[in-house]
Amino acid sequence: MKEIENQPNDNLKENQEKDVIEIRWHGRGGQGAKTACLLLADVAFSSGKQVQGFPEYGPERMGAPITAYNRISESKCSVHSNIYNPDYVVVVDETLLSTVDVTQGLKETGAVIINSDKKPHELRPLLKGYKGKIYSIDARRISEETLGKNFPNTPMLAATVKVSNVIEREKFLADMESSFRHKFASKPHVVEGNMKAIYKSLEEVCAG
Amino acid sequence: MSIKERLSGNEAVAIAMKQINPDVMGAFPITPSTEIPQYFSGYVANGEVDTEFVAVESEHSAMSTCFAAQAAGARAVTATSSAGMAFMWEMLYVTASARLPVTMALVNRALTGPININNDHSDSMGARDSGWIQLYSESNQEAYDNFIMAMPIGENKSVRLPVMVCQDGFITSHAVENIELLEDDDVKRFVGHYEPEHYLLKKENPLAVGPYDISAYYMDHKILQAEAMKNAKSVILSVAKDFEKLTGRSYGFFEEYMMEDAETAIVVIGSSAGTAKEAIRELRSSGNKVGLIKIRVFRPFPMEELAEALAHVKAIAVMDKCEGFSACGGPLFAETRSALYDLDVRPKSINYVYGLGGRDIRVEDFKFIFRELESIVKTGQTGKIYRHLGQREEGVLK
Amino acid sequence: MTTRAKDINETTPWQKLTPGGEIYEGGTSILVDTGSWRTMRPIFHEEKCTHCMLCYPFCPDSSIPVVGGRRLDFDLMHCKGCGICFKICPVNAITFVKEEA
Repeated sequence: MKEIENQPNDNLKENQEKDVIEIRWHGRGGQGAKTACLLLADVAFSSGKQVQGFPEYGPERMGAPITAYNRISESKCSVHSNIYNPDYVVVVDETLLSTVDVTQGLKETGAVIINSDKKPHELRPLLKGYKGKIYSIDARRISEETLGKNFPNTPMLAATVKVSNVIEREKFLADMESSFRHKFASKPHVVEGNMKAIYKSLEEVCAG
Repeated sequence: MSIKERLSGNEAVAIAMKQINPDVMGAFPITPSTEIPQYFSGYVANGEVDTEFVAVESEHSAMSTCFAAQAAGARAVTATSSAGMAFMWEMLYVTASARLPVTMALVNRALTGPININNDHSDSMGARDSGWIQLYSESNQEAYDNFIMAMPIGENKSVRLPVMVCQDGFITSHAVENIELLEDDDVKRFVGHYEPEHYLLKKENPLAVGPYDISAYYMDHKILQAEAMKNAKSVILSVAKDFEKLTGRSYGFFEEYMMEDAETAIVVIGSSAGTAKEAIRELRSSGNKVGLIKIRVFRPFPMEELAEALAHVKAIAVMDKCEGFSACGGPLFAETRSALYDLDVRPKSINYVYGLGGRDIRVEDFKFIFRELESIVKTGQTGKIYRHLGQREEGVLK
Repeated sequence: MTTRAKDINETTPWQKLTPGGEIYEGGTSILVDTGSWRTMRPIFHEEKCTHCMLCYPFCPDSSIPVVGGRRLDFDLMHCKGCGICFKICPVNAITFVKEEA
């Protein structure tokens, strides 16, 4: 919070936004990056945060690069622009690295989280001189091992929560479990698979 | 008791509609408002409302459905955007002049062309003279609140005008944010029953609606309609007062943000206001006396009130999210500058047309505008009055 | 304002008009003097009339009142002087003359 002097205006108190965490998602149309972004907004909301979750909209084409955004804060964030200097960037599809400048504007104190079976130091050369932290997670493998299919969303969400610390771990786990139980009420094995994916992802996020 | 939720603006409006439980919805899907009738038709299918959902073949028919339903004595709602509203054009005027308080959720989108699905205000601004009350929303919360206030305003006997509740396409319509919802009963109590004095299905009271007017009557009926728009001003404020009692959230014709001692100010509509507020907080923290007026009610236009609110300011930038093609500025600028004319000492004023077809506006852009205003104050030179913001310029690197 | 149609005419101030020009009763055309459009006028000769009721359905407006199976003299308020009744009358009980200036 910034110190405001000689400004008796009440509005100043209610709305300090320096605590906002900004996250930018890169994915491809149809992959569920938008869903993951909205899911993160959901879980952050459940843990009592103020949230924004919004994709950038245009012609919707499967496979085309898409961007989605989150703002997560303690007090309400009124900014309605896109995010240009994110604290975290999440790359749901590593093939985007060759065509999209994913670390553009990314704070060097922040981090990029990439869905890849490579180690962070192997990915660094692809990131146009980005000097901040790099995390990788093999969301495809985790998803295939736990869910039997490539649904990278749940692992990417878990990795993002772990790296950004926007939600307390125990709270996150409890929320996700109850959300899965609600969503897959008739398919308890899917709940188990998803929870396994989350535990595994929290463990396997690889820093570099 | 309020319900804490996180919803997109479209979901929020659909829930407001569900809580109101209107008699008829006539709607045709168009991006970015499609989700509203989509969610709502789900409520209809699930029996959560007893609304007659009329799935029409065009927006012209959607508004015709609403017109007819409202004339029959029912409460009618619709949702649309951009070209969809343009296709309603004739019926917008017919509904307003027949004094039928239909309620529309308008999700603002650029009005073609080139074809574009993203946000600006060219759709509703084009309809500013159609006789509809226009309420604009900064956030999902305001879209929800405005929708709940719309019927008590439009249906008031001294008003009887249709109301358009506008929110910014995608920016708020598709962004999930925190929101506080009212309990269903509170909404129903607040909105009340629709009890028109005359309606087509009232058997004791034969009625003809929408007659042909010869010149001997047309103008006089238009003056009556204009009078209703004037009456709407006090009704809007009294409904807002009741709403504040219920929710603690206060609304007026516009929101004044840090205006008390402001030397320069921005006048803006919709979601960009929130971004401007952040710029103002940051500039205030380094001692700049900057402020903001966010217009909520564009029709009726709060001319005297706005002039009074801006009287002490030295320079203002009026922001139009719509190109009016007047060759001298956008519609909000024309209205605002006209409002200032009656002041003995007026702020200098410039106009920025911005954000067309989804062009983003950032905190930095608002800071830039305040720097421009500061230089106008310092030099006393207004410079170019009609400006654009956010475009690529030849020879200028980003 | 719920002013009745009979109380509205081209001298009524706007304050007394109804919202949207709503009309709160049916059959208000009866209030409009369309007889002033007439240049020719039918004249009824009761002594020749056989009350055959042929003129009555042919009148495009409502200018021939019928009571108890007998037609009465013309109600000229809505008669536009079309002359159909004059043409159709089989017993020359209707003549057709120029309106006087």
